[in-house]
Amino acid sequence: MLNLVWPIFIIISFSYAIFSGNLQNLNTSIFDSVESAVSLSITMLGTMCLWSGIINVAANTSIMKIMNKLLKPVIKMLFPEIKENPKAQNEISMNMIANILGLGNAATPLGLKAMDTLQKENKNKKELSNSMIMLIVLNTASIQLVPTTIIAIRSSLGAENPTAIIVPVWIATVCAAIAGITVTKLLIYYSNKREKI
Amino acid sequence: MIEIMNYLSSLAMPLIILLVVIYGVIEKKEVFDKFIEGAKDGIKIVINIFPTLIGLFLAVGALRSSGVIDIAIKLVEPLLNIVNFPTEIMPLALLRPISGSSSIAVATDIMKNFGVDSQIGIMAAVIMGATETTLYTIAIYSSSIKIKKTRFVLIAALTADIVGIITSIVVCRFLS
Repeated sequence: MLNLVWPIFIIISFSYAIFSGNLQNLNTSIFDSVESAVSLSITMLGTMCLWSGIINVAANTSIMKIMNKLLKPVIKMLFPEIKENPKAQNEISMNMIANILGLGNAATPLGLKAMDTLQKENKNKKELSNSMIMLIVLNTASIQLVPTTIIAIRSSLGAENPTAIIVPVWIATVCAAIAGITVTKLLIYYSNKREKI
Repeated sequence: MIEIMNYLSSLAMPLIILLVVIYGVIEKKEVFDKFIEGAKDGIKIVINIFPTLIGLFLAVGALRSSGVIDIAIKLVEPLLNIVNFPTEIMPLALLRPISGSSSIAVATDIMKNFGVDSQIGIMAAVIMGATETTLYTIAIYSSSIKIKKTRFVLIAALTADIVGIITSIVVCRFLS
């Protein structure tokens, strides 16, 4: 993807800058960009290490088990088709917990494992099942307790209060997730109806 | 209302850290060792993303300084004005579903240019936090089990994204 987009960006902007005589701005921005990538990474190093450390402590306590229990009813409601598949339920729950805690790197392998389990009882192996679609939609809605990357960016740019965006992010993600879930449920309902006819 | 939101935002991170540490102590875990072990993973994440950031910051910075972004925004401006969508956010809204690291670069660029605590800067941050790289996620999840027929997943996921972006804009306008 980026192998296509990156050269396009560079070619368009560099040649436009040369033709429009905007070279000084371009030169300043080249060094500015490299510098801000460094300063962002350094700030991010702090936030990421702190958060990964805290989450690793959490992962070694029974906090995960408690969250798992709390999520069970939600998962039963969102995934009615896997009522008799505790393995799939458990994997989906672990994937959601990893997302909520902001463990992006752990969330994806757990989600893919759940996809694998769901595929085993998928009636049409060439098509996504209803449960798979719900799982993907939940993952694209990215419900996250602490959006660490964005907090790191804000603090690297000297924001007055880098964490001030947490509640607005919660509101926006919850709305996004509700919208995604509702649309998925509706489309599942209509596709079931069509199949019966 | 705004004060409560600000208080909760400041409370979230300290409270989570406090709870996790207390839990660790109660359950007699080696809290500090586990913390160090996890923090090391944090280094790996940042080192892995660093070269990508350099490349993308360069490209996005060049798009802005050369004036290409301004031209692109001018082209879609009349359309966005009809729905009262802030034009400055447009590049982020377009790239966000496609690529995670390039949307980080675009969001940082917007925050730097309009001010990290300006309304537009906060909008960019909230959109980044509230949405995901939808197309990439769908591709990874479906291709992992070799499925090409994805039915309505794209419609559902993009609806979630659009609602997330609109809610972010509305909430930020309400805040300032």
